[in-house]
Amino acid sequence: MLALILLALGAVLSRAEAGAGLGAGDWAAIRFTVAQALWSSVLSVLLAVPVARALARRRFAGRAALVTLLGAPFILPVIVAVLGLLTVFGRNGWLNAGLEALGLPAVSIYGFHGVVLAHVFFNMPLATRLLLQGWQAIPAERFRLAAQLRLTPFAMFRAVEWPMLLQVVPGALALVFVICLTSFAVALTLGGGPRATTIELAIYQAFRFDFDLGRAALLSVVQLVLAGGMALVALRFVPTISIGGGLDRVMPRWDAWGGMQRLGDGVVIAFAALFLLVPLTAVILRGLAGLPSMPTSVYHAAGVSISVAIASIIVLLLLALPMAGWIAGRKAGGVEAVGLLGLSASPLMIGTGWFIVINPYADPFDFALLVTVLVNAMMALPFALRILVPPMREAVQRYGRLSTMLGLRGWVLWRVLLLPRLRAQIGFAAGLTGALSMGDLGVIALFADPDRVTLPLQMVRLMGAYRMDAAAGAALLLLGLSLGIFWICDKGGRWRAEA
Amino acid sequence: MKYLTFATAMLTATAAWADTPELTVYTYDSFTSDWGPGPAIEKAFEETCACDLRLVGLGDGAALLARLKLEGARSDADVVMGLDTSLITAAKETGLFAETAVNANYTLPVAWNDPVFAPYDWGYFAFVHNNDLAAPANFKALGESDLKIVIQDPRSSTPGLGLLMWVKAAYGDEAPAIWESLADNVVTVTKGWSEAYGLFLEGEADMVLSYTTSPAYHLIAEEDDSKAAAEFDEGHYMQIEVVGALAGTDQPELAEAFLNFMVSDAAQAILPTTNWMYPAVTPASGLPEGFETLTVPAKALLTPADDVPAIREEALAEWLKALSQ
Repeated sequence: MLALILLALGAVLSRAEAGAGLGAGDWAAIRFTVAQALWSSVLSVLLAVPVARALARRRFAGRAALVTLLGAPFILPVIVAVLGLLTVFGRNGWLNAGLEALGLPAVSIYGFHGVVLAHVFFNMPLATRLLLQGWQAIPAERFRLAAQLRLTPFAMFRAVEWPMLLQVVPGALALVFVICLTSFAVALTLGGGPRATTIELAIYQAFRFDFDLGRAALLSVVQLVLAGGMALVALRFVPTISIGGGLDRVMPRWDAWGGMQRLGDGVVIAFAALFLLVPLTAVILRGLAGLPSMPTSVYHAAGVSISVAIASIIVLLLLALPMAGWIAGRKAGGVEAVGLLGLSASPLMIGTGWFIVINPYADPFDFALLVTVLVNAMMALPFALRILVPPMREAVQRYGRLSTMLGLRGWVLWRVLLLPRLRAQIGFAAGLTGALSMGDLGVIALFADPDRVTLPLQMVRLMGAYRMDAAAGAALLLLGLSLGIFWICDKGGRWRAEA
Repeated sequence: MKYLTFATAMLTATAAWADTPELTVYTYDSFTSDWGPGPAIEKAFEETCACDLRLVGLGDGAALLARLKLEGARSDADVVMGLDTSLITAAKETGLFAETAVNANYTLPVAWNDPVFAPYDWGYFAFVHNNDLAAPANFKALGESDLKIVIQDPRSSTPGLGLLMWVKAAYGDEAPAIWESLADNVVTVTKGWSEAYGLFLEGEADMVLSYTTSPAYHLIAEEDDSKAAAEFDEGHYMQIEVVGALAGTDQPELAEAFLNFMVSDAAQAILPTTNWMYPAVTPASGLPEGFETLTVPAKALLTPADDVPAIREEALAEWLKALSQ
């Protein structure tokens, strides 16, 4: 995969003319990009901790639906999610209408805080899902033991949950940081002006307006270095400790029966659900109004998107499972960092690079779907690794010796030990990949085949032709399909499981 | 016997298909969509040319040019349609375009005599607002007002660049002062036109940078007369969209025929209500009903194509400085 990125980068560089280094504007963009990505990732993960904890401790009606919906903001096309957020937080939004009714001054979403808010909206649910899986991996016996020892809630957190968080949080932080690093439209739209210039915007400008391939490649390298650096730093902190095996029993939490604890968890879940669901409701309401005006070509595009998503899932699993198995057998670090690089590579750079490679030999349109599927799988790989590696490592540590003793190797090892133990995670990773590919716009724009338009591209085209209503309808369809594919895979994996 | 007839027919059909020359035209996305001019243009041209017209949609005007530079002389394209006046010089510098003899009785507000490109439609940039708003009469009044506007980033969007050139053409060295006074009016800057227009329709701003023809869409396609374009007395900057043939084409006659077709009545009558721009040559049937309600600026502004690259650079630096404070 690294080779695929480097090939693209090399191809872009091969066509570049010698150019200047980074200007003052570029440095400002780098500073802004890093600052917003740090804030966004730290806040997303910090807020996700209590939410995931509350969700792990409580069972209530609608919990399963809420857990599935946690995937929604992340897979929405950026502009749709931004419009949803603006319906709530915008100048003319519900929040300001409420403030005005109470006689309070209006708040503006535009600025650094707006960018961070949107990124938290996108990524906090994702981080919650990752942490929730961590909680689920703690054996129920440990909580039982802690309860028998009459540990106070704090001591219990310190002894049982904190070590797990140390394992999971750095990876989640790195992942969200890298996602925010390549943000472009969100940062610009909510940032309120050119102050909010990110590296990705500078790359876009270099490709599109200046056609300065050297500058584009240089900026892409900066982005890769930042992401790689962050990944290495974060993953260094992951301690390699085993928390011991358990019997995979349902987890009763003796520590969480107190009234205050219940109240606290309830408030946390309610706030998270509100923050998540209100903008989503706005998207759904707009979409329902637009459904009737949607042209039939949208359904055709939906078909194309579904096949791309399914192909991407297959390619991803073929890539991710062996990689995760390989990483799990080693100490933390290197390879996973490479996985994150895939995410931080600008899709525009990869698309252009591959275009330069393919174009002398063949019509790039013939490769449109292949390239799209490959890039989608590559973009999803870091998520998949983040999801798969910790439980895989756990399984290897707990059962590795036993399996060796029993002579389990190769395919049998996978079938008997790893696949059943990783069912939930494989389903989650496959679902996320499907949903991500469904909403992807990055590379397809360069390779867009005139006869095989994907759903997000069709939606953007509708918006570009004043048809905002029809576009909102297409966005709703996209949301429905993405969540559908996510739900099917996720449910398949979690069948008779709890996480 | 029936099968034989069928087989013969199939073979003849295939042979006829193989003989049909194909003309590949690169254009922007919205031109080729079902609701854009693409399908009607394709049908009308194929009736006259005994050829197969292949319209390939690739992003927007700037993306088109970047694509062409990537492909270089190897490009499959015969014709490129959808570059605008701010990209013409950069396009010519590639050396990929051929000169054309196409000419017509253009009804543009400015004289047109470019040897390479033929204009097919055009529009004025303008701030679009709801009818109930008392719109300012110029940039100075806008800067002094507390009206909120959404604009596009000139680094990623054609209208955004148009606004940059507009302020520069109207105010020259005073442009930085204008931008500074506008800074507190700008709610935000978006990546492209659709994001900005979407924000405006959501009520996030009082006005949005678009075209004087935008209200025509709402009026004709949605029967909604609530939108209007503000007339600014310093004049309005124009965008003229052009079509040109590539020197490397294997179908030079067909390419020239397509250019001629694009400025003919048949094509010009299609454009106003599909591309929502003014036709470059007003067709004999006149403009569609509803266009007479549009704001017609008293003065048209346009920077000569050759001066655009240098001015763009200077204006962009001024814009960044004024809005980054």
